[in-house]
Amino acid sequence: MTIKQMSVFLENKNGRINEVTKVLGKHNINMHAFSMAETTDFGILRLIVSDVEHAVEILREKGYAVILTDVVCISCSNVPSALSEILDNLAKHQIFIEYMYAFAQENIAHIVIRPSNLEECVKWLSKEGCNILDKQHL
Amino acid sequence: MSRDELHNLQGRRLRKLVDLVYHNTPFYRHKMQELDLVPDDIRTIDDIVKLPFTTKADLRDNYPVGLLATPMSEIVRVHASSGTTGSPTIVGYTHRDLEIWKEVIARALTAYGVTRGDIVSVGYGYGLFTGGLGAHYGIEHLGATVLPTSTGNTEKHIRLLRDLNVTAIACTPSYALYLAEMLRNQGVSINDLKLHTGVFGAEPWTENMRHEIEEQLGLKAYNIYGLSEIMGPGVAYECNCKNGSHIAEDHFYPEIINSETGEVLPIGQEGELVLTTLTKTGMPLLRYRTKDLTALMPGICDCGRTNIRFTRILGRSDDMLIIRGINVFPSQVENVILEMPEFAPCYMLVVDRKKNMDMLEIQVELRPDSFSDDIGSMLALRKRLVERLKSVLSINAEVKLMEPNSLPRSEGKSMRVIDKRVLV
Repeated sequence: MTIKQMSVFLENKNGRINEVTKVLGKHNINMHAFSMAETTDFGILRLIVSDVEHAVEILREKGYAVILTDVVCISCSNVPSALSEILDNLAKHQIFIEYMYAFAQENIAHIVIRPSNLEECVKWLSKEGCNILDKQHL
Repeated sequence: MSRDELHNLQGRRLRKLVDLVYHNTPFYRHKMQELDLVPDDIRTIDDIVKLPFTTKADLRDNYPVGLLATPMSEIVRVHASSGTTGSPTIVGYTHRDLEIWKEVIARALTAYGVTRGDIVSVGYGYGLFTGGLGAHYGIEHLGATVLPTSTGNTEKHIRLLRDLNVTAIACTPSYALYLAEMLRNQGVSINDLKLHTGVFGAEPWTENMRHEIEEQLGLKAYNIYGLSEIMGPGVAYECNCKNGSHIAEDHFYPEIINSETGEVLPIGQEGELVLTTLTKTGMPLLRYRTKDLTALMPGICDCGRTNIRFTRILGRSDDMLIIRGINVFPSQVENVILEMPEFAPCYMLVVDRKKNMDMLEIQVELRPDSFSDDIGSMLALRKRLVERLKSVLSINAEVKLMEPNSLPRSEGKSMRVIDKRVLV
């Protein structure tokens, strides 16, 4: 029920993200979602992609520092307070969120969550009937 | 004193020095024995070329007190400077050494036109560094008033400069420029200050910087030269002609050598400055290789002083950097990085001068398997390196984490340092 997210270490330098997206495009790998966390001198690019094993392989070959992290992807209705209910639920069960990113389109919103405790997170989300996405749904 | 009289004096002092170290410093006795030398072989100052050189490595190898020529009980003060491997080198002074040090600094101040009645603020760091305490006692010895401001707290410094009508300042040239900028920021005009003389040293500077400092602080800026191994500031100093620094030759004998062959070069030729402490008794050094590149200047100075001058320091014969007056060797940075398995042994030192302050940035490559998706642990890793560097280098360096394989590699000797400071 979890998804493999790919994280790439990048220097804060003009054109670095574009270089990664170019490499992925060239190898026919599609990006479903991504976010960028940055500090003053470096950033972490986090991506959900179509063929993650292949993507890691080619980026490592290019010399990038890449690692895989398990995250939870869910979908919910794109209506007010839908996310708040889910987050309430996680907070109630002492699950912290290290980071998350989301996007919404028409009726549906997709959310990627990196929780402090993956198993507990999946457990409580499914108990509450939350729609957890797996690889095939992407 | 005429040059002949000086040479005779130097010869007598050298004979005494050689006698002292031969009988009291096993390190020098062994070195002289290896060269088949006994003290009687040294008769005049010209015989100095027979004597062995001393290097920074010798100081390190004999750390902490192996080069002392007196028992520790005769040593009344110790200073320390940074070494290439993180282990410091120390220098011990007898009471007599401190008297000489005060004397040469008082001479320097006199050459700059500082007299009793002047109030001198010392903005060099007080502590193990020789700048602060060295200048301090020299100013007192002259009979001028000393204000031991030390480094940091520039606001209070400015206030005291104004309220006490301070007339002279001793600090690094980069701090002088920083001070000038802070004055402007606080809306203090140089007309509110009474500064007429600046005593600047401990780092390389240029004629352009002199003009800038003189203009911005409304004073006359003079160079003071020294190094802790020999004594500290006061080994050489400019006069009002501002054309080369006069060496206190009755205490420190200068030679210029070819740093590769060790051959002594004639006056006027550029090379490495080598100094012998003619009168020191605590930790006297024979022919210490300073690594500073300069040339001795022929002829007598217009000021009338007969002691010889050397030109502005033209560079270093090793890779030492002087950053905010502190000696930094790239190998120190390398050692720290090698100790931390999270980083590849690829690094770059970028030195720059921002707002008239020297800045050191260290770029280091992250190893791919040390990368974490958690920003917090990445920042903690960087912080660990920053703190480790600070404890070894004694200055704050900015650390920039770089992608694997992003720094330039080259065959043979790689470029590890980019010095962007413009010193022209």
